[in-house]
Amino acid sequence: MARIPLLGDTSHIAAEGLEGLEHNFVTARIEDLVKWSRARSCWPATFGLACCAIEMMATGAAHYDLARYGMEVFRASPRQADLMIVAGRVSQKMAPILRQIYDQMMEPKWVISMGVCASSGGMFNNYAIVQGVDQIVPVDVYAPGCPPGPETLMHAILTLHDNIQSGELTRRREINQGGAAIDLDPPQVINEAPVEIVEKSTS
Amino acid sequence: MTEEETVEETEDLIQEYSGPTSYGVPVTESHGQTVLHLMPHELLETVTLLKEEGFCMAIDVTAVDYLTHPGRKDLPDCIKPERFEVVISLINHSQGTRIRLRVQAGTDDPTVPSLFDLFPGTEAMEREVWDLFGVKFDGHPDHSRILLPDSWEGHPLRKDHDVGQIPVQFSSEVGRL
Amino acid sequence: MTDSKELLLGEPERVFRRDESPVLRLNEEEANALVGDPEAFDDDHRMILNMGPSHPSTHGVLRLMLEMEGETILRSKPVIGYLHTGMEKTAEGLSYLQGATNVTRMDYAAPLFSELAFSLATEKLLGLEIPPRATWIRMLMCELNRVSSHLLFQATNGMDLGAVSMMIYGWREREEVLRFFEKVTGLRMNHNYIRPGGVAADLPEGWEEDVKNLLEIIPPRLEEYDVLQTGQPIFRERLQGVGVLNPAEALALSATGPILRSTGYAWDLRRHAPYLAYDQVDFDVVVGTYGDCFDRFAIRLNEIRESLKIIEQILDRMPDGDYRIQNKKVTPPPRARIDESMEALIHHFKIFTEGFHVPEGEAYVAVESPRGELGCYIVSDGGPNPYRMHIRGPSFVNLQTLPHLMEGGLIADGVAVISSVDPIMGEVDR
Repeated sequence: MARIPLLGDTSHIAAEGLEGLEHNFVTARIEDLVKWSRARSCWPATFGLACCAIEMMATGAAHYDLARYGMEVFRASPRQADLMIVAGRVSQKMAPILRQIYDQMMEPKWVISMGVCASSGGMFNNYAIVQGVDQIVPVDVYAPGCPPGPETLMHAILTLHDNIQSGELTRRREINQGGAAIDLDPPQVINEAPVEIVEKSTS
Repeated sequence: MTEEETVEETEDLIQEYSGPTSYGVPVTESHGQTVLHLMPHELLETVTLLKEEGFCMAIDVTAVDYLTHPGRKDLPDCIKPERFEVVISLINHSQGTRIRLRVQAGTDDPTVPSLFDLFPGTEAMEREVWDLFGVKFDGHPDHSRILLPDSWEGHPLRKDHDVGQIPVQFSSEVGRL
Repeated sequence: MTDSKELLLGEPERVFRRDESPVLRLNEEEANALVGDPEAFDDDHRMILNMGPSHPSTHGVLRLMLEMEGETILRSKPVIGYLHTGMEKTAEGLSYLQGATNVTRMDYAAPLFSELAFSLATEKLLGLEIPPRATWIRMLMCELNRVSSHLLFQATNGMDLGAVSMMIYGWREREEVLRFFEKVTGLRMNHNYIRPGGVAADLPEGWEEDVKNLLEIIPPRLEEYDVLQTGQPIFRERLQGVGVLNPAEALALSATGPILRSTGYAWDLRRHAPYLAYDQVDFDVVVGTYGDCFDRFAIRLNEIRESLKIIEQILDRMPDGDYRIQNKKVTPPPRARIDESMEALIHHFKIFTEGFHVPEGEAYVAVESPRGELGCYIVSDGGPNPYRMHIRGPSFVNLQTLPHLMEGGLIADGVAVISSVDPIMGEVDR
């Protein structure tokens, strides 16, 4: 289950109650706060394709509530989303669009492959279906099932949250050079002539 | 054989046919349903007759590729079986009856007249048959692929087109299929 | 006589047009050329806009090419195929017992209907007669599936129009029905329950109480939906008069189901071409008047009530007996018998590995699914797999009405129209 990160040393509160709180501030590392907020407010992009989309909507509805994990807001625009839940079978015609939507999302972004059709092609091993969405986008969590019930999807989401919060995913991406592979080296200078700075005459 | 010769030969065969006919074409019965057997040049005339009779809706237009079939036993003698058959289902609401038309479309270059001018609802169904089987429809307003990407080559539902199954690669046996 | 009938049906001329038609018949290159060319249109406000396939309101992966003047839609073209799964080709490699798992994933909001059509077509080819209890169980499950599919429509329709709380309410009742399905079939969706020969398993103990519970809780909540939606002026403004179709146009476009019935034309396969035991139960066929989106919404809401009426009658009259036909060649023997009888083991083995052979022939069977006429055409060559299996998906054919319904409306009306046609892209693309 998810763990709440230790924000500073609170053992004296446990021992003496609130009277032991001498200082009115708590300390934490920025990294932990950032990871905590990324996990707790991870907005999915709508990418429901087939039957799994119905179960994804059911997970967002009242009975199995995704709002308690901060995820009921399904953003239509990929630029505002953190998580792409690929729910359903990806056909050959849809594959370029899937990649385009993935590319439009901002880093950090995560992908849950929901259902067996998205994870591996499912029961459709034929000319029309991409055999696993990890051939197109890097996947962080696979949720099996045909379709996975809401409990399975929530387990996948909570696993993702755990991995975000423990830093596992970002650490692994550094090792594997995964993610969107954005090159952060400074750009190469092509034109070697220096730029002339024109001084403004203030006379 | 040219098209006119095929038409003449077919008409001769139908003239000599002694079995039951309906609307001018041979008719059989399949599990309680009436089935008419046609050649492509008779299609528009027969469907016009049926529409005047009260068959107000074209329910379905599909095709079958009989390449690997052991042999169709339910065709009347005068019909020459071709590889591709276009199957059209019509329904008569006032009498609650259905009728099925099996058109022998051809083997090498299957072509059938389009029913768009009689039943515009056949537009998408005929596009699907073109897309998946490669059967052409003369007079269709928008003869293009509908389900597969436009750049796709081949017609998947033909029997000589492979399913496209990729064997599963188990991680412990990398390199061995 | 003929004149008055044609007068009632209306003028279908608009759908027969090839030029000047609401259907935009352009391919990608032509559309791209028009988009980039400033000289293409005389009018400054005219443009070609792409909607979808990844769009929150297109009900799955439907893409629309819209030719618009400002915000008004002039012509449109639905582009489909983004969910094409090759299910008809897959079916040629699966046995008849496995066929239900394949077809059930086509219309994923009402999977039992696809299974029913496939099983009825197979049974027609086999010449089997199904025991009455199996028939009535099938009817019960199908009517419950109709209820859950129409509740899904209520939820997505509300959300597309902006009534987001309707989305939450619709799923609430659907969960109750899905819980019953899970109890009976083992799965919430894509059940693989209706198989050739009957159903996969008998109804469990205590199913009467569960169904009675459903019959008690759903009607008062339908009243809530009436209060929330039907009488509300904004809802009415958005749906009344939007997306109008007359009966002749619907017939010409081969539209069936709530779209055809909303135009005032009463055609329901359960009443006019009964299958299963629908001629022995009492229900009304719900018909609209104006052929607009509000009529389609109201028809689906009232069809839930009619289905509940049917379910109540089934509850009282469910016969006893076998839940599947006792034909050793077609239905597998009970698992307990396999330990005792060698013959049972052999039959089980043959049915599950090779599959049972179906005599040569062809058959077409149609059922009334929540979206229209769902038909299954099977050609058999005498082997254990279908030689050709084709499903006539109602949404595939109903989508042809979209350009005609959206003509002259705003984009917001276009969203309401797509939602009222209620396409399920799984059976559109197959």
